[in-house]
Amino acid sequence: MPALTSRDHGSRHRELQDFAERPAMTKTSPDAAVVLKLDGITKRFGALTANGDVSLSLRKGEILALLGENGAGKTTLMNILFGHYVADEGTVEVLTEDGSLTELDPGSPHAALNAGIGMVHQHFTLAENLTALENILLGTEPLLALKSGRARARERLSDLMTGSGLIVDLDARISTLSVGEKQRVEILKALYRNARVLVLDEPTAVLTPQESDTLFATLKKLAADGLGIIFISHKLDEVIAASHRVAVLRGGRKVADQPTEGCDKRQLAELMVGKTVPESTRDSQVPGAARLILSSVTTGAGRDALHSVDLELLSGEILGIAGVSGNGQGTLAKVISGLLPPSSGTIALDGEVLTSADARRMIDTGIARIPEDRHKDGIVGPMSVAENLAIETIRKPQNQRFGFLRFEAIARRAKDAIVAYDIRCQGDKAPARLLSGGNIQKIVLARTLDASPSVVLAAQPSRGLDVGATSDVHRRLLEARARGAGVILISEDLDELLRLSDRIAVMHRGNLSQPDKTETLDRATLGLRMAGQSKEQAA
Amino acid sequence: MSDILEILLNANFWAAALRIATPLIFGVIGALVCERAGVLNLGIEGIFTAGAMAGWMAVWLGTGLWGGVLVAALAGGFFGLIHAILTVPLGLSQHVSGIGVTLFATSLSYFIYRTALPDVSSPPRIEAFKPLDIPGLSDLPFIGPALFQQTPLTFLALAIVAVTAFVLYRTPLGLAIRAVGDNPSAVESQGLSVYALRMGTVIAGSALMALGGAFLTMSAFDAFFFGMVNGRGWICIALTVFASWRPGKALIGALLFGAFDAFQVRLQTEVGSFIPGQVFLMMPYILSIAALILVARKADYPRALLVPYFRGQR
Amino acid sequence: MIRFEPREPSSLPRLILIPVAAAIVALALAAIPMLFAGLSVFNAYGLMLTGAFGSVFAFTEMLTRAAPLILTGLAAALAFRAKLWNIGAEGQLYAGALAAVAIGSGMIDAPSIVLIPLVVFCGALAGGVMMLGPTLLKTRLGVDEVVTTLLLNFIILLFVQMMLEGPMKDPMGMGWPQSEPMLDEAMLPKLMARMRIHGGLIIAFIAAIGIHILLKRTVWGFEIRAVGENANAARHAGIPVTATFIRVGLFSGALAGLAGVGEVAGLKGYLTADLSPGFGYSGIVVAMLAGLSPLGVVIAALFIASIFVGADSMSRATGVSNYLADLIVSMALICVLISGLFLRFKVRFVGAKSTEGVSK
Repeated sequence: MPALTSRDHGSRHRELQDFAERPAMTKTSPDAAVVLKLDGITKRFGALTANGDVSLSLRKGEILALLGENGAGKTTLMNILFGHYVADEGTVEVLTEDGSLTELDPGSPHAALNAGIGMVHQHFTLAENLTALENILLGTEPLLALKSGRARARERLSDLMTGSGLIVDLDARISTLSVGEKQRVEILKALYRNARVLVLDEPTAVLTPQESDTLFATLKKLAADGLGIIFISHKLDEVIAASHRVAVLRGGRKVADQPTEGCDKRQLAELMVGKTVPESTRDSQVPGAARLILSSVTTGAGRDALHSVDLELLSGEILGIAGVSGNGQGTLAKVISGLLPPSSGTIALDGEVLTSADARRMIDTGIARIPEDRHKDGIVGPMSVAENLAIETIRKPQNQRFGFLRFEAIARRAKDAIVAYDIRCQGDKAPARLLSGGNIQKIVLARTLDASPSVVLAAQPSRGLDVGATSDVHRRLLEARARGAGVILISEDLDELLRLSDRIAVMHRGNLSQPDKTETLDRATLGLRMAGQSKEQAA
Repeated sequence: MSDILEILLNANFWAAALRIATPLIFGVIGALVCERAGVLNLGIEGIFTAGAMAGWMAVWLGTGLWGGVLVAALAGGFFGLIHAILTVPLGLSQHVSGIGVTLFATSLSYFIYRTALPDVSSPPRIEAFKPLDIPGLSDLPFIGPALFQQTPLTFLALAIVAVTAFVLYRTPLGLAIRAVGDNPSAVESQGLSVYALRMGTVIAGSALMALGGAFLTMSAFDAFFFGMVNGRGWICIALTVFASWRPGKALIGALLFGAFDAFQVRLQTEVGSFIPGQVFLMMPYILSIAALILVARKADYPRALLVPYFRGQR
Repeated sequence: MIRFEPREPSSLPRLILIPVAAAIVALALAAIPMLFAGLSVFNAYGLMLTGAFGSVFAFTEMLTRAAPLILTGLAAALAFRAKLWNIGAEGQLYAGALAAVAIGSGMIDAPSIVLIPLVVFCGALAGGVMMLGPTLLKTRLGVDEVVTTLLLNFIILLFVQMMLEGPMKDPMGMGWPQSEPMLDEAMLPKLMARMRIHGGLIIAFIAAIGIHILLKRTVWGFEIRAVGENANAARHAGIPVTATFIRVGLFSGALAGLAGVGEVAGLKGYLTADLSPGFGYSGIVVAMLAGLSPLGVVIAALFIASIFVGADSMSRATGVSNYLADLIVSMALICVLISGLFLRFKVRFVGAKSTEGVSK
């Protein structure tokens, strides 16, 4: 069974959309059986209350959107449902075979699975070196059985795949699959286990708009067949388009629970965020001369390799780079960060050749780099806030003399940065790992932007941040642009790209398109290009 | 040159190779299953010692040979349990814990041996395993004599390779073990217990390692000596990488190793007068390092190896 | 059910208290093998105590034993800080000793003031070079340094045996495989008359203070800590990760090499293949007991040394195997590993079904 290729993507998408329109948003009958009930769920982590007295119920065939911004407690709630966490208070009840609601054993994913709850995590839980079939079969057979019933499983899966439209190559290793295909495997995992409730955590975060539409068409069909679905999102548009009912979480509490029909987008946004945060927008500004130039850069291997990438970054612009994750953006960021030398091609900044420069040289030449995974690549967790602020410049005279650290100078500058960037921490000596994601990102911003760099490379800078922290990041990037720096913004969030970028280029399978002025682009066009359609095809 | 050919065509040579390989087969398979589940077990050197001592002592106390094998496996399982507790639910450094288990198992074995036999100058001997004569097989030309000289433990080792390969690649349990060494979240999201799988595998793998030790005192020799394991455990860890974590390749790797070792022993009798004996004794260790260097570039480590898993902290 | 919750950074008293508790637990657990060996437990502990602290001689013996343990402990602590798993201190110790003997037993004739520094430097260099290979294999080819350093221990010991039976054999040694004796000018000074305690202890103390300053106050130390705690982030932030590993490897090997220098040039005066009763491996225990702190290593080494010396003395008095010392030391390592958990986590005991956490 071949996987969906990018070429038949569009037609398939239209077909599914037609299909989805036929049942035309059938409302679930109000008397359909409740399949899942969360009652008074409270979960605290130390001083933080992640969930406070949250109650929810889900009916058969219903699509419930759980709306909330990052940090509102959506994921925690679903992890309690699935038994990854144990709630401090409250119960989870599920519909059993005999038609009654029974309390679910807390803290046991095993019990949740047996009760028919399937979960698709934001970060996929797939064993990359095993095949799709093996991942689906895992844990579905008695461990001590001497045989694995693969033939029967294939048969059932082939039925499930044709029934749901979720086609994957069962014998492909997960590591060779695209993000969209991996998500299909995740959903098939749940369906294969006869899930009655399917939970999806931010399922569209890594998909193109078209792939998202296909996904929602599939979900609607599954719901029409009687599956109860919860999807977690912070995107208002898709919530309104795809759900029957919407529950809004804010600060760990449920602030609304109502049918989606008749919902007002603005009202939902207010419910979700609480206060309105001013969105930074870019003002018109004439970009200057070219600063960073990549020509024919080729490097890397496999899915994430770069193929002859050309890029010209102007002074005073934000150049957005769109693309489905795993199409080479990570490698591009590595190359510009000085972590991976190009195997061919050249890199130059203001005429200075940086082709084989290492990370230090890149920093010294004025390239500020904001890593995609700020916990893994951004900070050294056990070291202090001050040390993390100084780490990129530790060999500079301001931080050392004769190889000995200048503690006072380091601490003084850290205190200044903590004030200037509003880093919330227990002083400059606190270990950086204790800080929230937003404050960790502020450390990274403070140390990289402080030296007035001429180029800023921001990889997924607002991923996982709440509205306040996101707005902070955006403001800093726009400031750098206003100062005349060139900013490369790699993001999977099309709204962010469209709002901030002067020009947007698209990465697909390691190829980078020529950038277009943002004014000439919209979500749909970008989505098609992210799926591999060239400009001519898209036109 | 013809001398070398003569050695390679001699059934006795291959018999020796297989004999040298046997403890390594147990060890590599044991290390391999642990690592497939994501746990590096550097306790191996000590577990070899414990298996050698416990198996020997059990026989010496009158359990009979197979009773001794069972006792050795239990001893290995015990130290495997310690390593499993330290590294799986407690999530401590697998390197340091492994070294700790090796030091503990070795010193405990030595202490018990010394305390039980305080005043012996020459170690007491047991009636060790005898070569197994299988009618039919032993009569085959060339292969017959090579196999004919082996004890039942060698056949057990060969059987364990087959069983391990079958379990890993053909059964739901093996699938779960491979998955837990690749991505523990995948295992937990399918309702299986990461801790139970990893701990169980480490205990079983350690029991296998101990059998490698037991072979030394119950088959290769008939007594226990201090320092008799002599780095065999570490060699097994190197061979595991060399075998890219596959049981079949592990068998081939161990046999190759045994053949090299048997070869250099024969070479030693030819040229021993020119080259100091220590050079030959170094060969196994140098070979192991060479094997590691050879495969280092393309070694495909189990993805979750060395990475502890804590529930709810993905 | 037991639940672990991450703990805020630990206070200094807790950092000290927990390893001490682990050491005491290990000593208490030693009662089990003592009973097994038919000893009267209190009597045995008493013998151990007097064996290590009972007289000036006992005390200096303990200090003499501590000197190599401090150095191998530092070797492990420094390397482990950078997550460079150097388990080869035993081999590096022999390399250092071999170099010291090669230089100091007549190859060069010079006054002490020249010869001693030269011997010390060459011993350190030999140890460092021994660790350079595994470090380069790790950084260049990704070969696991644990296995290579472990295997090198066997190789270097065989090499030493080969030298002692061959080119470096003492012609006056009556056939024993031992090296020619060191020149008097190459010997480290004794610290006390009629006692064995020697200048190696001073070297060890200086090394501990030096490594402490290196880690706490210098750019190199900053880089070592960053690489050890998160090599990815360090690399991203422009820290030369490979160079840091090589630096750490050289320093770590050199420290172990110094331990070998002390043993031949301070204590024995000549090299034999049984120079070290496993100082390299015990160094790992010392480093872990010390929580990888260089100053803590000094304390931990004194503790381990007193167990070794005390158990030796008890063993002589009662006839019980002195493998008891190794057993206690290995149990101390396992205890301190488990206790590390109490540093990083609050451990809560929760009723199996209860959803309410029991407050502390």
